[in-house]
Amino acid sequence: MSQLSTTPKPRRNVELALLVLALAVGIGANMMVGVDKEKAFDSDFWFQSSLLAVAALVFHAVLRFRAKYADPVILPLVVALNGLGLAMIHRLDAPGDDTGNNQLRWTLIAMAVAIAVIWFLKDHRILRRFTFISLAASALLLILPLVPGISAGEILGARVWIRLGPMTFQPGEVAKITLAIFFAGYLSSNRDLILLAGRKIGPLQFPRFKDMGPMITAWLVSIGVLIFQRDLGSSVLFFGLFIVMIYVATSRISWVVIGVALILGGGFVASNVFSHVQLRIDGWLNAFTPEVYDRSPGGSGQIVQGLFGMANGGLVGTGLGQGRPDLVPFANSDMIIASLGEELGLIGLFAVVLMYLLFFTRGFRAALGTRDAFGKLLACGLSFAVALQCFVVIGGVTRLIPLTGLTTPFLAAGGSSLLANWIIVGLLLLISHTARAPVNTTPLPPAKDPAKAPNATGIDTPTEAVKHL
Amino acid sequence: MSDLTITALRFGFLLLLWVLIFSIVSAMRRDLMVGRKAASGAPTAREVRKNPELAEPAQPPVKQQARQLVVVEGPLKGRSLPLAASPILLGRAQEATLVLEDDYASGRHARLFPQGSRWFIEDLGSTNGTYLADQQLTRALPVEPGVPVRIGKTVIELRP
Repeated sequence: MSQLSTTPKPRRNVELALLVLALAVGIGANMMVGVDKEKAFDSDFWFQSSLLAVAALVFHAVLRFRAKYADPVILPLVVALNGLGLAMIHRLDAPGDDTGNNQLRWTLIAMAVAIAVIWFLKDHRILRRFTFISLAASALLLILPLVPGISAGEILGARVWIRLGPMTFQPGEVAKITLAIFFAGYLSSNRDLILLAGRKIGPLQFPRFKDMGPMITAWLVSIGVLIFQRDLGSSVLFFGLFIVMIYVATSRISWVVIGVALILGGGFVASNVFSHVQLRIDGWLNAFTPEVYDRSPGGSGQIVQGLFGMANGGLVGTGLGQGRPDLVPFANSDMIIASLGEELGLIGLFAVVLMYLLFFTRGFRAALGTRDAFGKLLACGLSFAVALQCFVVIGGVTRLIPLTGLTTPFLAAGGSSLLANWIIVGLLLLISHTARAPVNTTPLPPAKDPAKAPNATGIDTPTEAVKHL
Repeated sequence: MSDLTITALRFGFLLLLWVLIFSIVSAMRRDLMVGRKAASGAPTAREVRKNPELAEPAQPPVKQQARQLVVVEGPLKGRSLPLAASPILLGRAQEATLVLEDDYASGRHARLFPQGSRWFIEDLGSTNGTYLADQQLTRALPVEPGVPVRIGKTVIELRP
């Protein structure tokens, strides 16, 4: 095993320096969007910039206290992305619109929740006690949008929202976290069973049928989401999450083969049975055909307008506040990547994609470094979920794959997505803290009531002595 | 504001974005340096590639590899199991690779897995614990051939 330099160093000052740079990006973007309209330094600007800066610095201070060894680049990356998103949403606000301030409000709430996760959870291994509770919670969260009374009904063709007082909320976003916790908990205790039993056919070892149970369940869940909520993106996200986690847990390529076969089969059937899937695929393949372009609903006008916008931006972009990204429907949520592509150009869009890539690699680095199987799987799953979401959204906007209704993490306008992604950031920071901190082999303190947690001793089972080999 | 200023700001902002990215990458550089031996002064992989004579002499052949697992004490005394490349689950549960008929063992007691050329033992949260040469396991540890591993009343050893 190669030696990783593991001398524990908190490196919080590095984080502070990078954070200042990240805030400069976010606040600079917010200034740029209004620079030619003489509204660069209006009250909105001062209000949004100062709140974002204060929140980011508070987050940094909390890390100093609670997770001293957490990864120093995750927070600056996320703050930069969030700041860029805020600036773009602020820029796209028509006079009188309040989406920018609303997004800022959700950013602050989401950061507060992430801080609470770090402050109160302290150790991600505690989450393993909630393996099956998370499964129940995921099921509940996914069913909520279908329950009459709470459901916000069908908005834009999908039933994924619930109504909470004056706001709407997308519980599916949080479900990806609880599902990742369940998969990580389940797979870290049943990995050997799945790994050892099974028949070998050719070069692939296939698992036993009864070990397929959770796989089938995950497949049914994603198909159920597709049928009942008409949400193609989430169903791809949940299923991809499961395939990746089981592949990481067992390192058996056969799972990937089975998973891809299942999803291709499911996708083929879905594209023939469900009209909305069919429309999406048609709008992707024949985007420039006039009748497809003009069709409503399900036309390709949105994608094509986004492509025109990005083409207009070219290599260096039109400059923030200089383009017309507002011509695209949903320019500040689904199509925010196209808006950024138009105004920052290919060079700026690449920077954004690289930031996501760096975030993803930091998540995987935390997974490599941490010593417990549960933490490894959880960090892999969470960072992969963000990466897959980016791929599905950016791929959809650039017409690489059919457009689906997922949100761009940290950038797009939408509170539930921000909240869920900031919780993921909190969890990844915690995991990276245990990964980089000096080795501590003391077991977790047992649960408060030992009678209720007979398996409490099983929580802290370091798996692989990755370090010092 | 003049057009020139705005153009300058526009390119300045793109530059700022990339300055952020390069600072982040250079802050990560330490982590990306796989292969450097910390503070030992040994040559890095890159240096070795350039000057092959710097490479360390090949390590002497490792001690004989364990080829089988033998139960030396307990109800199953005398049983042996060949070691292949897959991990082994020890415990009373029926799905275990070696089903221990030992009242002091847990259902899923411990796990023996290969990594590199060595075998590691890891306790799976058993009630009575797993002992490697009289030391209770708190994390996965390598098992050398001939060192006794105690699970309940059973003692197993790896043999070449």
